[in-house]
Amino acid sequence: AMGKAMGLVGLLLGLVLVPAVLVSTSLRHGAPPTEAVPGPAPADWELAVDAVPEDSLWPLPQWLHTSPRQLQLAPGRFQLVHGAGSSAQPSCGLLQDAFRRYYEYMFGHSRRRRWGRRPLAARAEPELSELQVVIEAPDPGCESYPHLGSSEAYHLTVTEPVAVLKAYEVWGALRGLETFSQLVHEDDYGSFLVNESEINDFPRFAHRGILLDTSRHYLPLKSILTNLDAMAFNKFNVLHWHIVDDQSFPYQSIYFPELSDKGAYSCNLIYTPADVRLVIEYARLRGIRVIPEFDTPGHTQSWGKGQKDLLTPCYNKGQPTGSFGPINPILNTTYDFMTKFFKEISSVFPDAYIHLGGDEVDFSCWKSNREVKEFMKKQGFGSDYAKLESYYIQHILDIVSSYNKGQIIWQEVFDHKAQLKPDTVVEVWMANNYAHELSSVTGAGFSAVLAAPWYLDYISYGQDWKKYYSVEPLDFPGSEEQKKLLIGGEACLWGEFVDATNLTPRLWPRASAVGERLWSSRNVTDLQDAFRRLTSHRCRML
Amino acid sequence: AENEPPWGTPCTQLLVYVSMPGCDEFPNLDSKESYKLIVSKGSMLLSAEAIWGVLRGLETFSQLIGRDENGTYYINETEIVDFPRFPHRGLLLDTSRHYLPLRAILETLDVMAYNKFNVFHWHIVDDPSFPYESSTFPELSKKGAFNAMTHVYTASDVRTVIEYARLRGIRVIPEFDTPGHTLSWGPGAPGLLTPCYGAQEPSGTYGPVNPILNSTYEFVTSLFREVSSVFPDFFLHLGGDEVDFTCWRSNPKIRAFMKEMGFGDDYKKLESLYIQRLLEIVSSLGKGYIVWQEVFDNDVEVRPDTIIHVWKENLMQYKEEMANVTRAGYHALLSAPWYLNRISYGQDWMQAYKVEPLDFRGSPEQKALVIGGEACMWGEYVDVTNLTPRLW
Repeated sequence: AMGKAMGLVGLLLGLVLVPAVLVSTSLRHGAPPTEAVPGPAPADWELAVDAVPEDSLWPLPQWLHTSPRQLQLAPGRFQLVHGAGSSAQPSCGLLQDAFRRYYEYMFGHSRRRRWGRRPLAARAEPELSELQVVIEAPDPGCESYPHLGSSEAYHLTVTEPVAVLKAYEVWGALRGLETFSQLVHEDDYGSFLVNESEINDFPRFAHRGILLDTSRHYLPLKSILTNLDAMAFNKFNVLHWHIVDDQSFPYQSIYFPELSDKGAYSCNLIYTPADVRLVIEYARLRGIRVIPEFDTPGHTQSWGKGQKDLLTPCYNKGQPTGSFGPINPILNTTYDFMTKFFKEISSVFPDAYIHLGGDEVDFSCWKSNREVKEFMKKQGFGSDYAKLESYYIQHILDIVSSYNKGQIIWQEVFDHKAQLKPDTVVEVWMANNYAHELSSVTGAGFSAVLAAPWYLDYISYGQDWKKYYSVEPLDFPGSEEQKKLLIGGEACLWGEFVDATNLTPRLWPRASAVGERLWSSRNVTDLQDAFRRLTSHRCRML
Repeated sequence: AENEPPWGTPCTQLLVYVSMPGCDEFPNLDSKESYKLIVSKGSMLLSAEAIWGVLRGLETFSQLIGRDENGTYYINETEIVDFPRFPHRGLLLDTSRHYLPLRAILETLDVMAYNKFNVFHWHIVDDPSFPYESSTFPELSKKGAFNAMTHVYTASDVRTVIEYARLRGIRVIPEFDTPGHTLSWGPGAPGLLTPCYGAQEPSGTYGPVNPILNSTYEFVTSLFREVSSVFPDFFLHLGGDEVDFTCWRSNPKIRAFMKEMGFGDDYKKLESLYIQRLLEIVSSLGKGYIVWQEVFDNDVEVRPDTIIHVWKENLMQYKEEMANVTRAGYHALLSAPWYLNRISYGQDWMQAYKVEPLDFRGSPEQKALVIGGEACMWGEYVDVTNLTPRLW
């Protein structure tokens, strides 16, 4: 049996990497005992060799039926087209772009891409000549931006002679194209095949995000775009761009160019308006929303370099120390600045939401500043600096509201009892007892996004994807209505130890586990089945 | 005053002086890597006893050069006297758990040179795959590689690695680990591995190398004859770790052999029997050997110049093992605290840095037996997509 398995593996061309996570007999001591895969290695390899096509779907669709009957695809003749009756037509740039992209993903490495006649001694299977995409909404959405309420559902029928992908909006078509590309597989002889199937799919959660941190380490554009591609492979639909923070301010502001002039790591480690537009459009073409985070009043050291008097000067024994704390909440100039700044942000970033941060505000500098202390007194805040923080945040929320943008904030803003607008989204990030926090947030009637169990920057040895996969977001005490308020989650890759040299292998495929948890049905929890599909998916992503 | 360059007289040459010839030689454990570097007004001199020292000195020299904001290259007046504390400074790559393309290995050798590493411990084959193309036994990689066309190291690849390493003063020590860690050898060498039994019947699975057959030792002799000629370094790493006795125990012929030899139920004795014969074979081929600590722990008789590779960190404090190994008079290599595959969050380089290899109870003579250490990057979760940022 082992010899046969070895032979099969030997014959298998085109499988570039058989992940050795499949094989872990006699582990080098490092992996904990639970890691040991029982049984000899070759049996595991046979699994990959005999893998049925739907054994590589990721995330797993809501409803899936496949038959053993296979259809052939000829790269030279197969086309992705708009179906009759679709509200989208060749003028729909977003879909045209997607058609080309997915054709490339499926047949890119094939040399048989030129149009040709079907050879006489062809395979017995019938040929699938095209995939027709039919958008049903009167306004397909080709020119618009995805939003929280966008429809991402799709219905895919793969049968001869044409496959049909129906979706209400283009966003569902994008999701369906990804799934279709995962169904197409090559056999041992290089023929492209797809099993007759029917899929009905839609996401369990509407907000499925990845947080990238471009302040702790600058990430070149290429890195961000590669990541958007990977997100599309995993049906993520939100890029939470934590663009500035203490360490650096790479966002080149039009109104306040000094912010990046003085605050970026260097003059070339910035995101120009053109860069930002590129990211937003690249994301849009993949059905991904770009939600920028301009985190204040804490996490703002780099803002102070280019904007004088924005940050609070800290004092020691009545003397300025020369260092600065959070944004100064007592000056009118602060709010003048923020009004103008967020006017720009609101116009540069088309998403309906802006993330305003509000986390980890250190009060010690405020406490040391006499003027701030006087202000506290005047306002009757006593010695409760959380009230001052809320005072500040509420101002910012009002400013941003006035530009018709919704707000997402980190949980502290809610915890410290700031007055939030009813449609504010609270992002829960503190790992300690986050289920309780979810109860509180949704119990108070606010929407929540879960990040706490998915801090992927916390790397550890071995298959830690399993830990992320096993999280059940709705496992918190609450009513049905409350649970509806959990709109999704985010996998966060904070940048303290991450830059372009290690971002991709650190984030993927670990984030894929989060992707399936947020898209697929609640009862898709089998780790063994997930392992099988994830290993195929990972090789495909490469 | 205005036209005077901010820097001193431009330096145009680094003069390199070597006392001993040896440009065409291979580095070895006794190679001299010391060098002197003097950068002063008007002259820059790098002198070393051997070419290996020159390589180390060139690396240091390249690190001294700075560039100012105008783009001018400069160097400070400097005097450096340098030599390594330990003569064996190694890096282990595992090309069996995941195949590493040639370029990944060569790139690693470059970075090793930046860091003055001088031993590439090539853990080339193991359970999951056998990528080494053997001229004597071509079936081994044909049947044992992940893909015999693409996931193999041809003889030419191996030569490339050895020469690329040599040019950087790096020794290549291959590890052909036996009798455990050999599942991938089975398909290409029928009869080599022990067939495991369930109840009365062979179960279809295999265990470690079969130590009771003459054919085993014939095979081992031929294979290691080839390996000894392909790899020029005096030392070979013979493995010898983590031998699982379950399969041997299940096999009736082996049980009979155990009885015949009077080994009772002590399979360590059977393991020792194999290892001893292996060591004799390798010795007779004119090679020295490095073995994992189990070989020492299980009381196998080894040559006095054997190097014991200490790797276990969980069961007992590795420091105790270092003390035991050196007290018994053997040379020791330390890897236990340097399993870099075991990643963790944050600046874990600090833990690796804080290790003091000689921090164990022993006499100065014992401590002198510690020849160095190796950072290990086992490949269970590592391939070309993440090797470089994980290792460096």
